[in-house]
Amino acid sequence: MVVCMLGCLLSPASPSFFFLNSRGFFWLVSLLLSSLVWFIAVQIGGSNNASVKKNLLIFGVVFSVLLQEVFRFAYYKLLKKANKGLMTISQEETIPISVRQLSYVSGLGFGIMSGVFSLVNILTDSLGPGTVGIYGDSPQYFLSSAFMTLAIVLLHIFWGIVFFDACEKKKWWALALVILSHLLVSGLTFLNPQYEGSLVPSYIIMMLMGTWAFFTAGGSLRNLKLCLMCRDKDFLLANQRPR
Amino acid sequence: MMITFMNSSDSEEEACNERTSLISVESPPAASYQDGLQAPEAAETQTYRKRRTGGSCSPSDADGSNSDSGIPVRDIAVDNKEEELTLKYGAKHVIMLFVPVTLCMIVVVATIKSVRFYTEKNGQLIYTPFSEDTPSVGQRLLNSVLNTIIMISVIIVMTVFLVVLYKYRCYKFIHGWLILSSLMLLFLFTYIYLGEVLKTYNVAMDYLTLFFVIWNFGAVGMICIHWKGPLHLQQAYLIMISALMALVFIKYLPEWSAWVILGAISIYDLIAVLCPRGPLRMLVETAQERNEPIFPALIYSSAMVWTVGMAKQDAASRVLTQQTWDSGGVKLGLGDFIFYSVLVGKAAATASGDWNTTLACFVAILIGLCLTLLLLAVFKKALPALPISITFGLVFYFSTDNLVRPFMDTLASHQLYI
Repeated sequence: MVVCMLGCLLSPASPSFFFLNSRGFFWLVSLLLSSLVWFIAVQIGGSNNASVKKNLLIFGVVFSVLLQEVFRFAYYKLLKKANKGLMTISQEETIPISVRQLSYVSGLGFGIMSGVFSLVNILTDSLGPGTVGIYGDSPQYFLSSAFMTLAIVLLHIFWGIVFFDACEKKKWWALALVILSHLLVSGLTFLNPQYEGSLVPSYIIMMLMGTWAFFTAGGSLRNLKLCLMCRDKDFLLANQRPR
Repeated sequence: MMITFMNSSDSEEEACNERTSLISVESPPAASYQDGLQAPEAAETQTYRKRRTGGSCSPSDADGSNSDSGIPVRDIAVDNKEEELTLKYGAKHVIMLFVPVTLCMIVVVATIKSVRFYTEKNGQLIYTPFSEDTPSVGQRLLNSVLNTIIMISVIIVMTVFLVVLYKYRCYKFIHGWLILSSLMLLFLFTYIYLGEVLKTYNVAMDYLTLFFVIWNFGAVGMICIHWKGPLHLQQAYLIMISALMALVFIKYLPEWSAWVILGAISIYDLIAVLCPRGPLRMLVETAQERNEPIFPALIYSSAMVWTVGMAKQDAASRVLTQQTWDSGGVKLGLGDFIFYSVLVGKAAATASGDWNTTLACFVAILIGLCLTLLLLAVFKKALPALPISITFGLVFYFSTDNLVRPFMDTLASHQLYI
């Protein structure tokens, strides 16, 4: 639902819609490569031992997270090149889409693909006949999956904004923090039937990243206050400008 | 059942397989820019009214009143502006094609997932005579390759026949053929589709209502597609007939044959559109030479008419030339819609990875379409729309079904998130 709201902020006619789609594609490719690696690892290592399987799974998850961040960086480089190309052609105007918008869209694309892949099969299963937790698993499976997916989608957006800003300003510590927090959130999901251990910290991390992304994108308490009280002149003027 | 299909498929097969090419409408107006003296400046003021302010146009206006030195400058300026415009409107064209392709795929996937008729095996088309029920893998592969060869040969023969007819101006024959095939699609296939949907949802409908609904649907469809009608209605009908055709293919093509046919037809598309003697290229070039639109029943166009005032230079049609430039959209052949939907529909029908595979194929096809449109903006001539998308789609289908699915399933069972 939140994703729909955010998606509506980008009108379909804007060129950012195109970037959203290509971002999803990059995430998909990263998922594909990490699955390939995991699959090969499982085929090589023995497939009967449960602890070996668990270790391989941990390896798969870590590798996948790192690969996602690598692809985010690759996408950033690609966008910079495309922007440069656009700028050399249109000499008079400024770049048609700012880096901040690009980072938002990129994070959103990543988040949507990730969320959809995590949740769609669970949603279709939830329609069918069945009882949740009949074999002793948690009966809150669906609910916790939904909340976790929401957290991940929002986190991807915030990570995208902070990541692109860190790449622009060469703040490598910020980059490392983003990667570490992604690894942390994925790692927390290993605690999963104990949802207090995974959901609550994930939401705390999400709020922290959210405020960090807000301040990175140029927000401030003053802006927020003006916006909420509908007194932000820039915003109002921007909305009245003819399209 | 098979004989009926032979009669109908004759026209549809060919008719729908002609439709695999992607054409930009912008090239003809561009030619008229460099020619006339007054045309560019008038064009600029009108065309770029959405993006440009009056300021950027006034230098060219001033130039226009000067002598020859003004002309080369204006030409270069027009070139640069055209490129910019192409890139800016490139994104718009991408969106204009995303929506119909997405809609077609959604209709096909929704039908496949809900109406069981289209996933039941009930015989095969006469064009794929070899059965795939053999126990050995080698025999099955051989049968599917043979099926593909037969199907592609039929398509080639039909295409060449159509091009020959078009070259020798047998318009009545072609129109009759197209009308027959649209009739079959709009009436017979819609009747079957509606019947199956009503059966699935257990809704009773009397023959009178059925006749009334199908008669209206079909008649309005025939008028919209072959004569005149509101643009959006025409687009909607084209999407619907593409979806119906794709559903027929999904039902009647055996599994392995379908994948091999998809691969083979994208190679055929590449050859037919790009080779100098390729039939589709000849069709497009002949149509452009004669300044005629390619038959509306074969092409989805994202914007209005483009027959209005093509290359004339007089004052009256100058206005019309800008109209074509402004509302010039991209045209995509209906065969592309059909084969995209066949790929996604097959993925939805047969993949054990359920929605993940379908979504992956969907994203892959859209990205392929984006790339093709990008190439179109660069090369500015008719391009095959199938190869890139179908390649991505096939790669993603097989890899998602075999590699990503076990990974995601294991993650989901432990409720891990990446």
